[in-house]
Amino acid sequence: MKRLWFLIPLAAFFALATMLALGLKLDPREVPSPLIDKPAPKFSLARLDDASKTVRLDDMHGKVWMLNVWASWCVACREEHPMLVEFSKKKLVPIYGLDYKDQRADANAWLANFGNPYDASLFDDEGRVGIDFGVYGVPETFVIDQNGVIRMKHIGPLTAEVLATKIEPLLERLKKADA
Amino acid sequence: MPDILGQPTVRRLLAAATLALLASTCVAKEAVPEAADPALEARMTRITSELRCLVCQNQTIADSNADLAADLRRQTRELLKQGKTDREIVDYMTARYGDFVLYRPPLRATTMLLWFGPAIMLLGGAAVLVVVLRRRGKLSADAFEPDEDDRAEAALHAQAAGAAPEGSKA
Repeated sequence: MKRLWFLIPLAAFFALATMLALGLKLDPREVPSPLIDKPAPKFSLARLDDASKTVRLDDMHGKVWMLNVWASWCVACREEHPMLVEFSKKKLVPIYGLDYKDQRADANAWLANFGNPYDASLFDDEGRVGIDFGVYGVPETFVIDQNGVIRMKHIGPLTAEVLATKIEPLLERLKKADA
Repeated sequence: MPDILGQPTVRRLLAAATLALLASTCVAKEAVPEAADPALEARMTRITSELRCLVCQNQTIADSNADLAADLRRQTRELLKQGKTDREIVDYMTARYGDFVLYRPPLRATTMLLWFGPAIMLLGGAAVLVVVLRRRGKLSADAFEPDEDDRAEAALHAQAAGAAPEGSKA
């Protein structure tokens, strides 16, 4: 046993190297949200397409829904958009948009141009609701359950993989819990 | 005409000047104060300089020019005007963005390694040093290679001792 002591520094080196290697793979831009499994923040916002209509968090009560934070100025949103339009055709879940710090005319033109996957978009021109949701990098996507609890947050553009392996199974489970 | 730009020293100087110019544009500026109330502004700056900007993560919310940082400064100002305490404002931020916004992370089970890791490693190193030195202290002198100095001295003594009889012979 005592003869193996000379291996300790080597083991310590490998432990440190492994930790550093793992650290390289982590994305420091992905900040874990403290809002997961917490009630979604209350909001009351005008619709993007019709400023006279407001949407509130309470209106969503009883259904599983998705909130996708986007903006017409956001390049990565353009990247994820076709995928979201495709996804919306499956009609798995109501999708609401949060149009974050945008101009109404630009945003409406953007949707007309690239397609509108949203049941409705909420117009958050000052980004206040965005702050309540802890938004820091558009696009972001939240899945919120029947009780208004945030069950998942995805930061950055959605990918087909994330939709298929994370979001769809989660929606299944949430809906089953409902039934 | 000589090709001045082609000369190595000139090229190096130009490169240095370009770098200096680039560096000067990167210097972070303090955010332009907006509120008329300097006391409130000072408090806002003090609070937000303890908070990390989520967009440009190596800057504080007070320093950053990112849009989100400006919004969070506005939010901080409004909360201060509502009479919120510093503690409440920091809680407001961590409720939304997590402990990540804090430049001084709180002491928790998950941050123990972060807080005590360096001290543990230092103590570990010191312990190894003490053990090794103690063990060596117990060894007898012939376990070590003789010092160069000792050897030289011994050689000198030997020579002196050997030289004396030789000299008396002559």
